[in-house]
Amino acid sequence: MDALNLTSSTDSNFIEQMKRESGQDPALCYQCGNCTAGCPYTQYFDYPVSQIMRLLQTGQKDTILSSKAIWLCATCETCTTRCPCEIDVARVMDTLRIVARREGKVSEKNIKLFYDAFLDSMKQHGRLFEMGTLLSYNIKSGRVFTDADLGPKIMAKGKIHFLPKNIKGKDKVEKIFSRFREKAKRHG
Amino acid sequence: MAEKEYAYYGGCSLEGTAIEYDMSVKQVMKKLGVSLREPEDWSCCGSTPAHTVDHVFAAALAARNLAIIEKMGTSTVTLPCPSCLTVFKRAHLSMMGDASFKREVNELLDEPYNGGVTSKSTLQLMYEDIGLEAVAAKVTHALPDLVVAPYYGCILTRPPEIAQFDDPENPISMDKILEAVGVKVADYAFKMECCGAAFGVPKREMVNKLTFKVLSMALDAGANCIAVACPLCQQNLDLRQSQVNSTMGTNFNIPILYFSQIVGLTYGLSPKELGLDKLIVSADALIGTRITVEELAQREAARKAEEKAKKVKPKEDDTKPEES
Repeated sequence: MDALNLTSSTDSNFIEQMKRESGQDPALCYQCGNCTAGCPYTQYFDYPVSQIMRLLQTGQKDTILSSKAIWLCATCETCTTRCPCEIDVARVMDTLRIVARREGKVSEKNIKLFYDAFLDSMKQHGRLFEMGTLLSYNIKSGRVFTDADLGPKIMAKGKIHFLPKNIKGKDKVEKIFSRFREKAKRHG
Repeated sequence: MAEKEYAYYGGCSLEGTAIEYDMSVKQVMKKLGVSLREPEDWSCCGSTPAHTVDHVFAAALAARNLAIIEKMGTSTVTLPCPSCLTVFKRAHLSMMGDASFKREVNELLDEPYNGGVTSKSTLQLMYEDIGLEAVAAKVTHALPDLVVAPYYGCILTRPPEIAQFDDPENPISMDKILEAVGVKVADYAFKMECCGAAFGVPKREMVNKLTFKVLSMALDAGANCIAVACPLCQQNLDLRQSQVNSTMGTNFNIPILYFSQIVGLTYGLSPKELGLDKLIVSADALIGTRITVEELAQREAARKAEEKAKKVKPKEDDTKPEES
């Protein structure tokens, strides 16, 4: 196992912020490793989830926020379900993503691009337009042939719509987005 | 049944890539005498992408729908999709448990949500509200050749504080429903192991490797098909099965059916009505073995008679004294 670099100064504000925003106390973690043992994604993580918890205890803000692990977590809730200290670990990971996004430190750009394409579609139409979301992702990520192999299969089954369906209250959904943006701006 | 009418929030996938889930749930519920009412002008729940932005924002996207459902005067909404379900439940529980969170969420909405809606997965509705006895009572057909591996995915019963249903480590509700309609189920260890969720587009290989494990484990357990209750699981296992084969060098050809499609088949509904032609990996060969329960009974009786005859025969030729 790689040694973690804990020499950079501990950011206690970050620890406090995370406690407040996630509603979880990372200090309760005694590093049993149960979360990592059950994590289906751990082989793809740069830091196993129990190490993310340790990094959080020691306030290693930059290391955590620039980690791939927080974006590769699928919120499958296995860690939360099994934590003997009753820490909602998936909530911690979720909150870390939110903070990383807010601070513009996103290590897995394509995952964020996909999420953004999804949300844009929702904002525009009120519901998810699957085809539009994929195409928008393909263009923005530059990976234009993503899932091109699946296109003919799914088209043959008539399961994909080529035109979006707008809901009547799409402006109301859009308002949720705009009110949130305004509020976020006000609070910095 | 305490209540026969429920609000029904299908969600975006069920209008597109999971249309057969929608078709089969509606058909099965009709058979069970349950009426489903769609909330007027519902919007997307926000799913995984919204909760990477902000918790209040994510809850508001769900709560817009909860507010619409609340106004319908139906206290329970059933959701076939576990992702929509967990978002609805989390929004509801967070708002009910924290007044300031509730206020913040409602500030983003035109119509506030007051907390009058209970969200249940369609699986939970069938298992708990309708009940196994009523589910079994409608069976007219048998699928004797099917061995189904029920695959629950990760969040249908997790975390227990949110899901409030079945077991978070070893769920049995889908197993029980399938057994109630006379279908053989295979038990295996991977019935909750994550399929790769929403990463199919940005991280295809990772998802293929994860679904590979689920498919392999189901096969090893002796299953010839998998039952699911989640549009994303279905998509990763069915639509992406060809990608699994090319990534992993395998040759899987395992039909992935929604549990509601299997139940519908035992109710005598046509494969077309249940959207079975929408599956990418064809289930036609398996479905083709469907017979009526009367035919099954005849077949069973014939088999027993044959067995009996076999047992009797050696006795006739036996010259030795009979052993007791």
